[in-house]
Amino acid sequence: MPLTDTLRDDILASVPSLRAFAISLSGNGDRADDLVQETLLRAIANIDSFQPGSNLPAWLFTILRNLFRSDYRKRRREVEDAEGNYAKTLKTQPAQNAHLEFEEFRTALDKLPQDQREALILVGASGFSYEDAAAICGCAVGTIKSRVNRARSKLSALLYVDGAEDFGPDETVRAVIGGNGG
Amino acid sequence: MKEVKKQGGLNAEIQSRIGHQLRAMYDDVVRQGVPDRFAELIRKLDGPEAAAAAAAQIDDKDGRD
Repeated sequence: MPLTDTLRDDILASVPSLRAFAISLSGNGDRADDLVQETLLRAIANIDSFQPGSNLPAWLFTILRNLFRSDYRKRRREVEDAEGNYAKTLKTQPAQNAHLEFEEFRTALDKLPQDQREALILVGASGFSYEDAAAICGCAVGTIKSRVNRARSKLSALLYVDGAEDFGPDETVRAVIGGNGG
Repeated sequence: MKEVKKQGGLNAEIQSRIGHQLRAMYDDVVRQGVPDRFAELIRKLDGPEAAAAAAAQIDDKDGRD
């Protein structure tokens, strides 16, 4: 559809969550904003292929996610200071204890495989349905569900269970599914 | 199933903490709103052609680095 003023406003309204998604994925504020900028340019360049009435945020997230994927492959040999850069992007510095807890969480999140991290963020933070998350990642709904479950169980093992290695993955997954009520 | 039920309490609590931390991290960025550079960018672009040209410039720059 053509780039109407309404569509511009709608795209602009998605920017805060696009930035949050980009920072959660990359752990690097500067790189995240470059990703968002490129996402916006690509989206507007291809606005004719956007179907009016379809899910605009999901369309934008798909573009960002694919850009991040190709960017990631390009840069995977570079050494990154993910934590330091992320902390700089925060406007309000959390109190000391909360800050430590936050750093621990961020470090654990970065340890997840990329597939699991993006699934968890889309469902657990961005608030997409499993169906939308599956469309964004180009995989089956069941795949997204199992990635989210594995991400949750791995995070709980990393953050809250001593001797995580002794805690079998199957047992963890079962427990997580039980904890969610199915 | 009994085994699952036994672990459910602790696990539900851990999962709720993880969910809370994840959203806290995410919402902290969402609350920063729209940085000026993005508002200007979207206002400036006349349409698809201008956006494609700007995207191509970024690709050129990446290629040189």
